[in-house]
Amino acid sequence: MSGKLRIHVDQDKCQGHSRCKALAPELFDLDEFGNAHEAGDGIVPPGLEDKAYLAKSNCPELAIDITED
Amino acid sequence: MNKPAPVTDWVHDFDHTDPRWTENPFPIWDELRAECPVVHTERFLGVYMPTTYEAVKQIAYDTEHFSSRRVIVRTVRPEITQSAPPITSDPPEHKPAKQLLLPPFTPDAMKKLEPRVREICNELIDEFINDSKVDAAARYTKHIPVRAIAHMLGIPEKDSELFIKWIHEILELGITDDDALVRGVNEMSHYFAGHIEQRKKNPTNDLISTLMNARDKNGQPLSDMHVLGSLRLLLIAGIDTTWSAIGASLWHLAKTPADCERLLAEPALIPTAVEEFLRAYSPVTMAREVMKETTISGCPIKPGNMVLLSFPAANRDPAMFPDADKVIIDRKENRHAAFGLGIHRCVGSNLARMEMTVALEEWLKRIPDFRLDPAGEVTWSEGTVRGPRQLPLLLSKPH
Repeated sequence: MSGKLRIHVDQDKCQGHSRCKALAPELFDLDEFGNAHEAGDGIVPPGLEDKAYLAKSNCPELAIDITED
Repeated sequence: MNKPAPVTDWVHDFDHTDPRWTENPFPIWDELRAECPVVHTERFLGVYMPTTYEAVKQIAYDTEHFSSRRVIVRTVRPEITQSAPPITSDPPEHKPAKQLLLPPFTPDAMKKLEPRVREICNELIDEFINDSKVDAAARYTKHIPVRAIAHMLGIPEKDSELFIKWIHEILELGITDDDALVRGVNEMSHYFAGHIEQRKKNPTNDLISTLMNARDKNGQPLSDMHVLGSLRLLLIAGIDTTWSAIGASLWHLAKTPADCERLLAEPALIPTAVEEFLRAYSPVTMAREVMKETTISGCPIKPGNMVLLSFPAANRDPAMFPDADKVIIDRKENRHAAFGLGIHRCVGSNLARMEMTVALEEWLKRIPDFRLDPAGEVTWSEGTVRGPRQLPLLLSKPH
């Protein structure tokens, strides 16, 4: 059985393109400047794995990491 | 001023204002990219152009060797007198100037503006829906961004023609004609100075007042110069950029019936298609000034030159995008750089995306059947922002 996915947004890289929020709104929150943060603890709920990878593959700044717990 | 000699050697003597580049730059960029990741021309007092996504990205991230104090490549390089923070700012001044502008442009803020943009689109369509032909650039795409940004700034939407004139003087005529640029900047500054004075007496809750009420990190209000500079930036950057992006999208749909039919059948795909239109027809090419000698993708870069930071060419790099020369409206992986990369990411990107999506949605709802008018000519703007300035279309009445 595979582990859970965990996402993390690198705050030094994120420039607020907000592509992740548009593609996977359940997995990301934006702050007042529009910069993205992983929602909650970053654990990807079952069924949203594809969205997590979609968000990662559309981040122009390569700011999203996905690791397997 | 004399017309420059026509280009015969693109690789060593390119000119981004050559009519052939304006008309169809893509094969030229492919030729340059095949030759070198960074090319150089002696024109415009010396300019480099990175041709690959990787080289564009390296320069965009490198604020030590490349300054934003000049962001337009021109035939003259006069002393810098009027800045437009944060686009013309470098670290460390850049971040605080940018942070002031970010909150009004978040996706949530754009959701509040969206109903007004939908109304603007429909008001415009009402004016020509019963005609059999229309210049969509002159009567539709041109007016959406200017009215939306006027609405946000709190200035009269009816002053739009004035704004469009200044922007033409600054971004297009200004490349070779310093008088036109100075005239445009001064008239714009005078206009905004009047609005600032009014708000000192009668505060409002628009973007002009937001900037006037902002405090810097020492708790001090911004100088009128700073407020004026940022207002100039918002107006200049917010208008013909998105005018171009909406126009190029409609142009593509007018000549590609299969894509048009797909978006009519699957309107939920429009935001994904918008990303692909942004990639394939990116309107904006910014510039940098080389401050220190360095190397980019193995190519030596020397101070005294400008850099044409071509996000549009980066977005056509096949090393980054499979089938880079094809417009694939359901492209899944799309890390395009249409809004820049790094700290200068376009402040208005959420606004532009919303305007493009709404403009296409409303157009397709009301005008599902349209095509290029073979009797007309599509023309494109040159220089910093590329998009259709004439877009003659034939409209069929919905049945």
